[in-house]
Amino acid sequence: MTTYTMPDEKGRYGNFGGRFVPELLMPALLELEAVYEEAKQDPAFRESLDYYLKQYIGRETPLYFAEHLTRKLAGPQIYLKREDLNHTGAHKINNTIGQALLTKRMGKRKVVAETGAGQHGVATATVCALLDLDCIVFMGEEDIRRQKLNVFRMELLGAEVRSVSQGSGTLKDAVNEALRYWVNNVEDTHYILGSVVGPHPFPQIVRDLQSVIGNETKQQIVEQTGSLPDAVIACVGGGSNAMGMFYPFVEEDDVKLYGVEAGGAGLETKQHAATLSSGSVGILHGTMTHLLQDDHGQIEEAFSISAGLDYPGVGPEHSHLNETKRVNYTSITDEEALEAFQILSKTEGIIPALESAHAVAYALKLAAEMSPQEKLVICLSGRGDKDVEQVKNTLEVN
Amino acid sequence: MGKAKLESYFNQKQSNGENLFVPYIMAGDGGLDVLNERILFLQNCGAAAIEIGIPFSDPVADGPTIQAAGLRALENGTTIANVLQVLQISKEERNVPIILMTYINPIYRYGIASFAQDCAEAGVDGVIVPDIPIEEEKFIADAFYESSLAFIRLAALTSKEDRLKEIAKRSEGFLYAVSVTGTTGAREAYVEEVRAYLEMLKSYSSVPVLAGFGVSTAEQAQTLSSYCDGVIVGSTIVDLFHRGDIEGIQQLIVDSIHPVTIRN
Repeated sequence: MTTYTMPDEKGRYGNFGGRFVPELLMPALLELEAVYEEAKQDPAFRESLDYYLKQYIGRETPLYFAEHLTRKLAGPQIYLKREDLNHTGAHKINNTIGQALLTKRMGKRKVVAETGAGQHGVATATVCALLDLDCIVFMGEEDIRRQKLNVFRMELLGAEVRSVSQGSGTLKDAVNEALRYWVNNVEDTHYILGSVVGPHPFPQIVRDLQSVIGNETKQQIVEQTGSLPDAVIACVGGGSNAMGMFYPFVEEDDVKLYGVEAGGAGLETKQHAATLSSGSVGILHGTMTHLLQDDHGQIEEAFSISAGLDYPGVGPEHSHLNETKRVNYTSITDEEALEAFQILSKTEGIIPALESAHAVAYALKLAAEMSPQEKLVICLSGRGDKDVEQVKNTLEVN
Repeated sequence: MGKAKLESYFNQKQSNGENLFVPYIMAGDGGLDVLNERILFLQNCGAAAIEIGIPFSDPVADGPTIQAAGLRALENGTTIANVLQVLQISKEERNVPIILMTYINPIYRYGIASFAQDCAEAGVDGVIVPDIPIEEEKFIADAFYESSLAFIRLAALTSKEDRLKEIAKRSEGFLYAVSVTGTTGAREAYVEEVRAYLEMLKSYSSVPVLAGFGVSTAEQAQTLSSYCDGVIVGSTIVDLFHRGDIEGIQQLIVDSIHPVTIRN
């Protein structure tokens, strides 16, 4: 076992992370860090979080032995961590409920958030409805056009959705706008960031809140099989479900960890979101990490069939785990993800989110190299209902 | 050049009894061809220094006007390298100190040491990096120091006194006092809060204190200048250049730099 104690007191994960933000935001980040440290030590906070995780979100989620997929692949025993069964259909709410409770603890009444496809926006709007917080969600105008139903969902939940036309009108621009809003309203507003990205302490807070995934998995697999898995796979956009799954396993040297990025139309094209596989180090949204950028340090657009993986950066802790080689990062193309989407639906009766289908697709490859004595866990981060229409359209075109 | 140049140029302005006025322009907005022309024009209007922005795709510290100017500049192909080239070529034509403002990522990508050296070579006197708080500044501060560039720090109204003291102590060339928060509240209370903030920064800083963000009229410039040493004006200048209102710029600068007695 290796001891792992990231981040350090400056919010660094080795060479990555940090707090690259305007001075205007520093007081809010320092306050958040202090409040979070205090909350972690407070049994009442933990108790309240556990209550909502169980009674509202429906945890713990099952670790399901995928018997049919296992038989079909004739490789390792495959287990699915069913984050798709959470309230709102994905792992996102594990984070938003915790940060909403922190918002209350700071005495703030308003929340701002960014969203790409709308999953984090819906998860934020949901907990704000539950805990009676005002909620503004910034969303790129291009994404609003593509995800009308999620916009309506957020509005139904009482949130105000603000369209972002700046830049490319997608997720990174929504983050910029949410940060600008926060700069101007920092006294009464908390920013619920949706992934393990952004300035310290966000990557740590989101990782810790998502660690419930890996902690449950560890316990469940030992209960069901008597030992830890040989390999764990999760998809990586910003990387919150992956970080939550991996973190409790980082010190378990015998468990191989695989992070799967969106390869889009292929890494040889510019149409992908594989930041770690083919990006370079830089600073975006307050953190030093791997980015898709040009030679002059201008951020480039990411592309993926899965909107949730469509981000030109990645969490700094993933950059660190990539550098130390503790996690193997790889990528899966749109086409491979689509195929896995259909295979899992047919073999197990589970329609995965397109994001999670990237993890499934990599499992299909990895299975060929593993033996029936070995165990493989896939983090099924979300359900695919939101993607059904898009997949239908794509399959009809091809 | 560098810190020394800023100090002597500011001293000269102040000994003439002028408020310091630093206009901000976006390099490449309107094309790089007009950059030198605009610098000389602003120098002749009486600018105490010129802050030149180099565009970045994700400028979180900027409002809509400067974001739009940045996008136009990026579409014109503006980069650190070609801005420095223009400044290098026209170095002998100007007296006014030059300050570059850009985000950390383009600088990091260019190479921090090369950036500092090439700035000095091109006659740049100071640098502002809005997304570097004091906790993260070490890895660029040393390179700026080596090249005698003034590393101008930013203070914010939301910061506590001990932080402001530290920032004021470290700043070189001048101290950039960000003087707005979104929560404007009652106008009177806001003015008093800003006054106390600027006077506190003055007491801690050994370099001039300039107030910036949201300054758009000569009247505001005069009011703020009565609490500190002058102002930085960004969006309004960018907007006036974009609309081609050259006279408006001249008027704003002239009316801002000569102190008037503030009437009740």
